[in-house]
Amino acid sequence: MKTRFLLPAATAGILALSLTACGGGGGGGGTTGGGSDAGANLDSRGPITYVQGKDNSNVVRPLIEKWNAAHPDEKVTFKEQTDQADQQHDDLVQNFQAKNADYDVASVDVVWTAEFAAKGWLQPLKDNMAVDTKGMLEPTVEAGSYKGTLYAAPVSSDGGILYYRKDLVPEAPKTWDEMMGMCSIAKQNNIACYAGQFKQYEGLTVNASEAINSAGGSVLNSDGKPNLNTPEAEEGLNNLVEAFKNGNIPAEAITYQEEESRRAFQEGKLLFLRNWPYVYNLATTEGSSQVKDKLGMAALPGKSGPGASSLGGHSAAISVYSDHKATALDFVKFLVEEEQQKFFATQGSLAPVFGALYEDQELVAKLPYLPVLKTSIENAVPRPVTPFYPAVTQAIQENAYAALKGEKPAKDALSDMQKSIETAGAGS
Amino acid sequence: MATELGPTPVKQPASGGTDLHHAPKGVGEDNRILSQGKWASWLLAPTIIALGIVIVYPIISAIVMSFQKDAGLDPVTGLFTEGGPAGIQNYVNWLGQQCAAQGGGTVACPPGTLGGQFWTATGTTFLFTVVTVAFETVLGFWMAMIMARTFKGRGLVRAAVLVPWAIPTAVTAQLWLFMFDFNGIINKLFNVSILWTGSEWPAKWAVIIADTWKTTPFMALLILAGLQMIPAEVYEAAKVDGATAWQRFRLITLPLVKPALMVAILFRTLDALRMFDLPYILTGGANNTTTLSILVINQIRQGFNSAAALSTITFIIIFLVAFIFVRFLGANVVEQSGASGKGKK
Repeated sequence: MKTRFLLPAATAGILALSLTACGGGGGGGGTTGGGSDAGANLDSRGPITYVQGKDNSNVVRPLIEKWNAAHPDEKVTFKEQTDQADQQHDDLVQNFQAKNADYDVASVDVVWTAEFAAKGWLQPLKDNMAVDTKGMLEPTVEAGSYKGTLYAAPVSSDGGILYYRKDLVPEAPKTWDEMMGMCSIAKQNNIACYAGQFKQYEGLTVNASEAINSAGGSVLNSDGKPNLNTPEAEEGLNNLVEAFKNGNIPAEAITYQEEESRRAFQEGKLLFLRNWPYVYNLATTEGSSQVKDKLGMAALPGKSGPGASSLGGHSAAISVYSDHKATALDFVKFLVEEEQQKFFATQGSLAPVFGALYEDQELVAKLPYLPVLKTSIENAVPRPVTPFYPAVTQAIQENAYAALKGEKPAKDALSDMQKSIETAGAGS
Repeated sequence: MATELGPTPVKQPASGGTDLHHAPKGVGEDNRILSQGKWASWLLAPTIIALGIVIVYPIISAIVMSFQKDAGLDPVTGLFTEGGPAGIQNYVNWLGQQCAAQGGGTVACPPGTLGGQFWTATGTTFLFTVVTVAFETVLGFWMAMIMARTFKGRGLVRAAVLVPWAIPTAVTAQLWLFMFDFNGIINKLFNVSILWTGSEWPAKWAVIIADTWKTTPFMALLILAGLQMIPAEVYEAAKVDGATAWQRFRLITLPLVKPALMVAILFRTLDALRMFDLPYILTGGANNTTTLSILVINQIRQGFNSAAALSTITFIIIFLVAFIFVRFLGANVVEQSGASGKGKK
């Protein structure tokens, strides 16, 4: 009976083969510099799509409605992704890889910018396509740039804040050593002293980079090459290792992500907490919070002054495959306008990118952490800006984790980090 | 034999063995079968083509990709450029845990690279598979034996047992993450302070416990289906002959339930070898809980082609395990028992 099957089977086979032939070229590589695409459709106008992660606090929709009311011929459609950063990243990669013209403007996490720019997927925001960055906080612009060119316009920013118990600590510590000195207060009150996020995940990269940068070290040098075999980097990582060893950081902090550490602080079990601005709202309003009236906020402690926070936040980038780049550019400019920035801040608690807004009375009344956050962001160092970010964060996480658990000395961990990042950059 | 074309009206000669269509019969009947067969194959063609597109094409495409180099960075423009053909280098790198070195060539992968995790990930995957499947088989068998009895509320028990299986794995993992929290219920209940997700063996046990909890019901129901195929008379006859409960279990239940049991174990083994969600959410792959699937996903973000090589290696590993099961351990999934498919034994 098999012979009768030959015809359709052969059809399927040929189809599969021909598809594969296409796949070999398209799917196999597909990562060429987009020189030609970047020059196309610059003046073209029409409906576009804006892609962003889940709009949890309902800020994007009202803004798009506002835009659409003013631009009936250049309407923006909102494509909402999931709330998982990894999935958002993968979704963008798939669509850019496929040169999908439907992804006109995308919200890009600060750590993806270099990767997407190096793949040639983002429209350089220069010459006719320039976006004015005057008045924006320097680190946010730096995080949206790759090799000196702006590829993504900063829309929202984020930085680490040191939360402390103002009922127990008279004045916030300015340096790491000062903070460690105050740990005796924690001991007297039978609570743990300090915690950040030390589980092996992206949060550990944030915390480890902060420790290294705050001590005067850096993960990558200005050429994007790893620069970890330095006494400064060692001192930074060792600060965390020592604190784990002598109990200033509680042992369970090795399992902490943002939420676990926030809960521990809110339950009154921590004297100091490094976390993002979102904690403020919850810690002061949640019914179960033990620290409602005892919450103090300060910039992260550094070596001799404010520490170097890791920078968070999102930027808006234009796809080189967009059919209507003039509209896309206008929409990006619209997103970073002061009025929209204010709306992001009040409605979504997203930190603005303009320095002046941090002194806006109305905003500060609503978000009292803004002055502290401004210091934090001004001193922030973008997480390593590199097209190999996934490999770099992997190298930092795995080795920092081993060091914090006491499995290897900080020096060895840093030298392994250095080697791992070197192999990533060596490009196989 | 998927190509067997349904019930044909032809009476097979009693002698058997001779080919259906060359057996002497009326010419009109032969034509009818012919056109019927043609018609059927055209009807089946869309399915075959669809399968070709969604299964065959991606597999072949992945294999083709796995022989390409990952994109490298052009130091001058700062842009990625295509890597070009790599031969079997990606495979050699994974199996030998080699990473690209500065200035060409390869070095042993330092800690902190994905390449350095291949063999530990393989070991972890097999450890999880063997331990969880063993637990699930024993517990599942026990649960099936209980559910096979007649008692009041049996339907309710059978439905209730399915609950863990019905919950999406990601949700299960998140629930267990809360329970394994340092301040979570498990530490409180047993009055211990274990960092479940923060050290190697507790983390591994956390994954094993959560997986066993989730998939034992699946095992139990498959085994239950096998148990219900055993006619009650066999047991009655054994009882009359004076067999003890243990003898009945060993000499009747076990051999008769074996086909169903082997299929259940095969399914679970293949499933466990692909384990991803539980360790990914519980530990993020830290503390040596990175399975091959997690490694593939992490690698996709760093380079497609190398990830394609790794997924091909994973595919081959899983295929080999399935082959061993079917060929040597007699898991009978493919062939129908009885006259039609008398394959190798």
